[in-house]
Amino acid sequence: MKVPRNLDSGMVKKNGFRQQLLLLSILLLAGIFFSLSRGRYSNDPTAVAKVFLYQLGFLDQIDPVMESIVFHVRLPRILASVIIGGMLSLSGAIYQSVFRNPLVSPDLLGVSSGAAVGAAGAILLGGSLLTRQMMAFTGGLLAVTLATTIPRLFRNYSNMMLVLSGIIVGGFMSSVLGIMKFVAEEQTELSSIVFWQMGSVANVLRQEILGILPVFVAAATVLILLSWRINILSFGEVEARTIGVNTRRVRGIVIVCASLLTASAVSISGNIGWIGLVIPHLGRLMIGTDNTRLLPLTLVMGGLFMLIIDTLARTLSTVEIPLSILIGFIGAPLYGYLLYKQRIKVE
Amino acid sequence: MKIALNQVSFSYDGSRRIFDDVDLVVESGEVVCILGPNGIGKTTLLHCMTDLLRPSRGTVTIDDQNIDTLTPLEVARVVGYVPQLLQTSFDYTVLEYVVTGRAPWLGIFEKPGEEAYLKAQEALEKLEIRHLAHKPYTRLSGGELQQVSIARAITQEARFILMDEPTAHLDYGNQLKILRMVRELAGQGYGIVMTTHNPDQAIMLEGKVAVFDRHSRFSFGAWDQILTDKVLSEIYNVPLKLLEVAGHSRKVCIPPDLE
Repeated sequence: MKVPRNLDSGMVKKNGFRQQLLLLSILLLAGIFFSLSRGRYSNDPTAVAKVFLYQLGFLDQIDPVMESIVFHVRLPRILASVIIGGMLSLSGAIYQSVFRNPLVSPDLLGVSSGAAVGAAGAILLGGSLLTRQMMAFTGGLLAVTLATTIPRLFRNYSNMMLVLSGIIVGGFMSSVLGIMKFVAEEQTELSSIVFWQMGSVANVLRQEILGILPVFVAAATVLILLSWRINILSFGEVEARTIGVNTRRVRGIVIVCASLLTASAVSISGNIGWIGLVIPHLGRLMIGTDNTRLLPLTLVMGGLFMLIIDTLARTLSTVEIPLSILIGFIGAPLYGYLLYKQRIKVE
Repeated sequence: MKIALNQVSFSYDGSRRIFDDVDLVVESGEVVCILGPNGIGKTTLLHCMTDLLRPSRGTVTIDDQNIDTLTPLEVARVVGYVPQLLQTSFDYTVLEYVVTGRAPWLGIFEKPGEEAYLKAQEALEKLEIRHLAHKPYTRLSGGELQQVSIARAITQEARFILMDEPTAHLDYGNQLKILRMVRELAGQGYGIVMTTHNPDQAIMLEGKVAVFDRHSRFSFGAWDQILTDKVLSEIYNVPLKLLEVAGHSRKVCIPPDLE
């Protein structure tokens, strides 16, 4: 898309956008490489470089343990954190635009609590890790389905109604989770549930990444293609309909995609707050409100942010630090700072 | 082109009628002012004309085609709407907002390109507000918001522009500015329908007038035939007089003294 030069229209911004996106992508790749070289076995970046050179056929011999660690231990985890960060940030930006509220996060419609119920159910039934992921995903989607069905019963399709039913579903799911925790075996099951809720990508499997990858690619593609229509949604129902936009359809597609992203992310990593709230704000500060620019930027930035957080989580101390704790410490002050910078009109 | 309402009635719940049997026609180049007391259904009437609401009885036609048989996209290519107040929590720039007027002309996955931005820019120039292009939308004044919203309808290439109380919340100078704009747009061939609480505006625009009185009785016609002392007093439930002011050829609506 070209914008003519005589239009000072975002021309400057547009170049700024390309540069920022490129810069962030380079940072992300560099971050991935750096993160690959950090860990308990070896902290040597050249060792990682050797593994890749070996793969490309430039070296004849390398440390097989290092190769295995890079490909089987570190890489899956790093990819998972990047994808999950991107997913949560993107769906956060979407939710904020659709609900015209900058204070909304992607678990507004009860995805996280639904997923937690699913995961806790799997833990209680003694299912495998993969079962746990499947059930978390199902639970998350079930919650969103419930939350979007309630407004139909009332024949009220306003955003407010949707938000309220999200609160109803979220509250209900929390109670179900409460019962599950109550009946759980204290030493084993309860601690598993609690640990799952604190969020982690430490034990992520290759199959899990392959499982969410198609969802990620499909949903993100649709959302980025629809990004301009999402702009229109954020001007409100009447405004959108009088320019011929089928608001219910666009909003429906967009919410389904964003919820698929959140449910996929949460099903693998457990509850990870803040990212979906903070990163879109950071993005708006950098590039402005226009979703055609904001969405791609947010995607990359979310991946980078999560990569940094998870790398800190596994290298800061000898014990894993749960992600939600780290993110809270970093995300909350950052969010405060962003609100101050943006001077959002909080009414 | 013309938009016509034929025997249109509207009710939100099926029992309580908002209005009944409304007949109204607006053609290209005409201005129609809708007058009436608060809550009588002026905005509802506008919404029926742009397919935001469906009449409970009667038909709305655009060039003799029933609006029900047209897609929202087809309606949006003919009818633009300028809401009373618009709000968004995000700092879109004016240009980003105005360019959304291109939506009915673009595919669902399409983003506005060069041509769309040029059209938006032209609309801003036409209303002499080009300097606002990069201003964050949330920092506009009431008068600027109205103009920007009209610019969007022009970008939309709508032939008819419906305005819901375009002069509400504006200072006197800005009210007159918007009226001049309405007059100019009609001169360029746009059909304009606007609601207002000020009978003088209908008189100044010298177009057609649609009136709801306090009892929801509806009348429609040329301003000088519809607006009489009696009708005005009926609408607002105060004795009002239309007087000619010395030195002006135009009439003015005079309220009684405040005892």
